[in-house]
Amino acid sequence: MDVLQLLVSGLANGCVYGLIALGFVLIYKATEQVNFAQGDFMMLGAFITLGLTNAHYLGLPFWLAAPLAICIMAVLGYLLDYFVLRHLFGQSQTAVVILTIALGFVIRFVAGAIWSHEPQTLESPLAIGDFNVGGVVLGMADIAVIVVTVLMTFFLYQFFQRTKLGLAMQAASQNQMAAYFMGIPVKRVQGMIWGLSGAVAAVAGILFASKGAIDPNAGLLGIKAFAAAVIGGFGSLPGALLGGLIVGVIEPFAARYLAAGYSQIAPYALLLFVLVFRPHGLFAQVRTKKV
Amino acid sequence: MKPLLEIANATLKFGGVVAVNDLSFSVEEGEVYAIVGPNGAGKSTVFNLISRFYQPYEGSISFDGQNLLDRKADAVADLGIARTFQNIELFEHATVLQNLLVGRHRHRRTTLVEEMVFAPRVRREERKHREAVEEVIDFLDLQPYRDKMIAGLPYGVRKVVELGRALASGPRLLLLDEPASGLSVEETQDMRWWIDDIRKQMGITVLMVEHDMGLVSGVCDRVLALADGAKLAEGTPAQVQADPAVIEAYLGAGAA
Repeated sequence: MDVLQLLVSGLANGCVYGLIALGFVLIYKATEQVNFAQGDFMMLGAFITLGLTNAHYLGLPFWLAAPLAICIMAVLGYLLDYFVLRHLFGQSQTAVVILTIALGFVIRFVAGAIWSHEPQTLESPLAIGDFNVGGVVLGMADIAVIVVTVLMTFFLYQFFQRTKLGLAMQAASQNQMAAYFMGIPVKRVQGMIWGLSGAVAAVAGILFASKGAIDPNAGLLGIKAFAAAVIGGFGSLPGALLGGLIVGVIEPFAARYLAAGYSQIAPYALLLFVLVFRPHGLFAQVRTKKV
Repeated sequence: MKPLLEIANATLKFGGVVAVNDLSFSVEEGEVYAIVGPNGAGKSTVFNLISRFYQPYEGSISFDGQNLLDRKADAVADLGIARTFQNIELFEHATVLQNLLVGRHRHRRTTLVEEMVFAPRVRREERKHREAVEEVIDFLDLQPYRDKMIAGLPYGVRKVVELGRALASGPRLLLLDEPASGLSVEETQDMRWWIDDIRKQMGITVLMVEHDMGLVSGVCDRVLALADGAKLAEGTPAQVQADPAVIEAYLGAGAA
């Protein structure tokens, strides 16, 4: 039972990592850029929801505030691309890396200025009580996190496989020049992917905040999510989810069975291990075999 | 009859370098028209002007009576203009079939929601696009490569796939940038038959840049010779090849 309990709470945590990792992968797939502020996007999405719904602030109903926050984050993502990243077109990767790291600092500071640096709790209807299923304690929020993450992954997968826009995004990432002449507005498509990853970050943020208190430094979780994305293969949506789950599950087990402190480094030890033995990540390896 | 593609007094400068100099020519509907010239003469630059990658400094470009300069690069395909590239620009991590299907992009009319749920209308459309692509595959004998990744294909096949992707978009004007470069004698021969059939069976107008004079004189109605971004000669392949100015540009003064 002990093992099962660790597994379930690990999976729920892992889903949040997975959702943030999805954001990394989305942007990488479509633009070959890495957004190191993805974790801070998540935090910002959570705080926007908190600001809209908590009685202390605007007091809107949660089911109105949550979609609104997702839309706001989508627009912010698009505008970030439109006003900033588009102007870095043709610059080296490093420029985008530095820019997004700096952006993370700015978002953390701004969020702290608006909502204070103290931990706060989102008044979420998901954060109600626990279930006891055969000795395993399940939080409602944990179940919601798992369900939403699975649905999101499915939704995004369908989006990329089936829709004109999703396919256009894939095409634009593989060859921008060819995509232009197939009639794909490459820059607008890239803006949309930033918007989409903003929305995904907001979903992750809302779920994360439903599980416990948040503060502006919650975005540093993004580093673990980055490790998850790399473990998963960095170009693969299911890989990102799998990476997130692995990182999520490994943490509580390391905390339970290893000496104190090891749970902190366990995800990175695994990352190192994966990079040494499967440098392209778990999922990319499968793909190259198929070729 | 108005020409299908008309370029008038186009000039393009990169800093102090004049890449295209007061160039005018027009391509009639249904013909195969070639641009020849030594390296650096501005042939590919002309293609990049038509595909709206470069903005001309002066002059006008019109297609079927519409001003092309009003359009962005991604809006050119919608007019029915498709192109291939000198250095092959395919989607490397996708299969031949997927590459060709991307060519159908401009014809997709379904909405995002319909596509997400894979509605009956989407199924019908997909089937239609797949049929159009299969026709191209049959035409170019690409059947053995249908589900192969581009990244693993030999150069000659990639060249054909790129032609296929352009054809899949159902163009009225096809721009071919050095269709025979890097191909074997046999492959060049195939390319020649295909270009012939593209014109005769599909009724597509072809504008190409090519070095292989054998191919040019074999399939082209008219040829434009460029040097230093300006028109040197224009006419039938025989006329252009016999033109003293062309011979001089290719072989140097005194060779004529």
